[in-house]
Amino acid sequence: MADDTTTDAPATDGPTDEVADEATEDVVRDEAREALLALFTDALGDAVVGSHILAGKDLWIRVSNEAWRTAADIARNRLGAKYFGFLSVIDWMPSPFGRSMDSEVDRRIAGDEPYSLPEGSFETGYAGGDTRFQVFARLAHINDPGATWGVTLKADLDDETPSVESWTSVFAGADWHEREAWEMYGVDFVGHPGLRHMYLPTGFEGNPLRKDFPLVARQVKPWPGIVDVEQMPSDEDEAAPSDAEGGES
Amino acid sequence: MTAVTDRQKLQYIAAKAADARVNVELETEGMTLNIGPQHPATHGTLRIVARLDGEQVIEAEPIAGYMHRGYEKLAEVRTYPQITTLVNRIDWLGSFANEVPFILAAEQLMEVEAPPRAQWIRTLLFEMSRLGNLILFLGDMGVQLGAVTPAFYAFRDREFVLDQIERVTGGRFHPNFDRIGGLKDDLPKGWLADTKSVMNKVRDFCDEIEELLMGAEIFTARTRGIGVIPKDVAQQYGLSGANARASGIDWDVRRDNCVGLVYPELDWKVWTHPDGDSFARFWVRLQEVREATKMIDQITDGLPSGPIMAKVPRIIKVPAGEAYVATENPLGEMGYYIVSKGDLTPFRVKIRSASFNNVSITPWILRGVYVPDIITILASLYFILGDIDR
Amino acid sequence: MSQSLMLGLELAYWQETTIRVLLGLVALLLLTGAVVYLYLFKFVSFMQSRLGPMEAGPHGSLQLLAEVGKWLQKEDITTDNADKFIFGIAPAVALASTFLMFVVIPAGPNAVVADLGTGIYFVLAMSSLSVIGILMAGWASANKYALLGALRAGGQLIAYELPLILSVVGVVIMAGSLNLQDIVAAQADGAIFGWTGIGNPFILTQIVGFTVFLIAVQAELTQTPFDMPIAESELVAGYQVEYSGIRFLVFFIAEFATAVAFAAIASTLFLGGWDLPASWGIGDGAMHVIGPINISIKAVLLVGVVFWARFSLPRFREDQLQQLAWKFLIPISLANIVLTGVMKVVF
Repeated sequence: MADDTTTDAPATDGPTDEVADEATEDVVRDEAREALLALFTDALGDAVVGSHILAGKDLWIRVSNEAWRTAADIARNRLGAKYFGFLSVIDWMPSPFGRSMDSEVDRRIAGDEPYSLPEGSFETGYAGGDTRFQVFARLAHINDPGATWGVTLKADLDDETPSVESWTSVFAGADWHEREAWEMYGVDFVGHPGLRHMYLPTGFEGNPLRKDFPLVARQVKPWPGIVDVEQMPSDEDEAAPSDAEGGES
Repeated sequence: MTAVTDRQKLQYIAAKAADARVNVELETEGMTLNIGPQHPATHGTLRIVARLDGEQVIEAEPIAGYMHRGYEKLAEVRTYPQITTLVNRIDWLGSFANEVPFILAAEQLMEVEAPPRAQWIRTLLFEMSRLGNLILFLGDMGVQLGAVTPAFYAFRDREFVLDQIERVTGGRFHPNFDRIGGLKDDLPKGWLADTKSVMNKVRDFCDEIEELLMGAEIFTARTRGIGVIPKDVAQQYGLSGANARASGIDWDVRRDNCVGLVYPELDWKVWTHPDGDSFARFWVRLQEVREATKMIDQITDGLPSGPIMAKVPRIIKVPAGEAYVATENPLGEMGYYIVSKGDLTPFRVKIRSASFNNVSITPWILRGVYVPDIITILASLYFILGDIDR
Repeated sequence: MSQSLMLGLELAYWQETTIRVLLGLVALLLLTGAVVYLYLFKFVSFMQSRLGPMEAGPHGSLQLLAEVGKWLQKEDITTDNADKFIFGIAPAVALASTFLMFVVIPAGPNAVVADLGTGIYFVLAMSSLSVIGILMAGWASANKYALLGALRAGGQLIAYELPLILSVVGVVIMAGSLNLQDIVAAQADGAIFGWTGIGNPFILTQIVGFTVFLIAVQAELTQTPFDMPIAESELVAGYQVEYSGIRFLVFFIAEFATAVAFAAIASTLFLGGWDLPASWGIGDGAMHVIGPINISIKAVLLVGVVFWARFSLPRFREDQLQQLAWKFLIPISLANIVLTGVMKVVF
């Protein structure tokens, strides 16, 4: 899923004027984000390996692992994204312990066929990705009221030894976020002043937010949503308007 | 040379250990002081390890995590309505505000928009949770500085706001009222009129606090010039909310990136202060409380009628995708990054909580201040432990 | 001496002293108890729009007995590393200094435990002894917080001794004597430019001294806004942190008894003490009864002012506190002395 650049087309229902307005409006929004994407691509060149624009909503840019810190540097110093939102990691492996009504483990508990870990590449999200772990971060430009924008940056991490350059030299606030990502996922941040536990006690073994780290409650009892809903009125009734109190003052 | 007996060795070691104990206990140079985790000053179980030189801090490090509940791990195995219940408890003083960005992110993924009445009531409850949170801050700032009495007035006047929230949602502290596509229920009879009178009471309280605290010269002497955070540093650490605005950053998510709430239709003002010290942070929050009361008055006047729930299926499966929505919560910018695989439960939820970033600045800011100023600065940064620790 | 006691009996010196000491203790404890109930339980509660203790006795009037009982039955804990002997006697030293202050405060024409010629001088000297008690407590606790709190308290109390003393000098100049009974008499018999309607309470001419005295008293009692040593010391109780049960009760009594003592001294020095203006013509016999009531009321009112400030204001930082003493209060009280001296000579 490399070089995946998509934009969502607007819905085209209703009279022609609305279509034209909607199309124009969405195109204007897209242009702003597309221009932003172009700036990133110009500045980073090959380092941008994927992107995704959700019209009117958000922008995702995936950079190569080596260019992670450079991307931050350029975003902050050249493009004006001085505001540091957050930094964390996504583990794209589906949980082997099951989590939903259709999941294997829950069916097994309910008495069906045995479970085996699905193989193959992991399905990743917006802006693509090839690896199990991805680091992602949010930056924003907030200094112009009325022209603020935000971007989500992503980068792939190696499966065996996930590691990436630290952002602390660019954004001092990344310190705590990288510590948390390190302890929760086991991702090494090269250049971080001192990776130590943020939330967990000092002797803790394992990386809790990884998908193969079990949530103990789920080992003890099945997923509570499995007996989700008691019998309720049908779907048509539950969305009935209740404006009896509307307009009361 | 003569052999050293074991007894002699043990005596030698014991003597050295005794010396070391005495040295450690008597050192007033670089004395290590442990503030917390149980401590009246911090809003919960935050531990600060400070190395002091007499009365000045050489370095201080906060140690969080005493209240880590693993929300992000839990969210992977809970359905969206169940997560709404969980998420109430992150910032427990303004708890409705925690649900809103989560619901908005889920609605963005489902491409569902709540009907106008629901959006207006959502904004109304959002602002009321801001009141519930910030009124406590105003009283609590006094307590941290030694003025114990204004805190009681804060609690008393906050009760009115909590009563109103309870009448709508059924819960003073954990409303659990927001739903994907709208709200759980509509407003009760007579609620809007009562809200107006409560807003008057809150405005009176703001005037009282201004006289009692801001007018006190001791308060001004204790907070002016203490804990100055420059604009650039604030942005690097991701300081948000009143902390950022008190450093002169003119940014408010309600105005600049409003999703799903009705702020563009209201007439209101963003308050900033150029100084960036503790007094500025207090002042900005005081003005925000007043502004919130004005906004609530406008909302109660202009509330449209209509349904309060859009048509959403009974069992909610959110389509695949990723969404990040942030709102201007009482503590700062709070956002949820939801990764969905089209399932009943989210695949990954990253909770961007305001206090985590706000408190991450403390090692930088606490260098060189006096010990009492640690308390002042922490009080003015205003964090909730549930927000830091999630 | 033996006939002066109004019982009309012939008493030996030791018997008389014993009776005086006992009555003094009773008066002290009663007043302290009344003050604790009125201000700490009720006044602060009403200020904070709540009711305070209501269960023990009508309107919580017996709450103090309940509290004392609670403290008396607590376990007596001493930390391992503490210096046991000093740890034990530190509260006693603090309380002893308070009792010694009460020795010279007159409550009537003859109701004083020991009418010393150096009255006010003795009182101020005894009040300084409490600093020793606090430092002993902080050091012997073997606890960093206690040590920090005790050092802060030491610095603060020593700094505020000076304004305390200097503000009193003006009164001494006006009265011409250190003896407290003489000061009371000077106010009762005095006149304001010839008008003897209310005597000459020194608060009128010594208003600056009175204000400085009250501020210094607030600091001597380590009450907010000067309560850095107790409340702020990393928000545990400062030098008292290792004390519990009876030992803490002693500190508690010492704190409030000192408040009463200082208020009684302030009323004696500035508000006319136990006496009423001579022009009102009330005889000595009645004053034996009215005197104690009079000074009790005045002392309790002044303690009220102290507590009012305590529960309203935020607290100073240590360096701001020191600056207030050294750069503000001491120069003002010195100026007050000079002015009083000049005025005394001129008028």
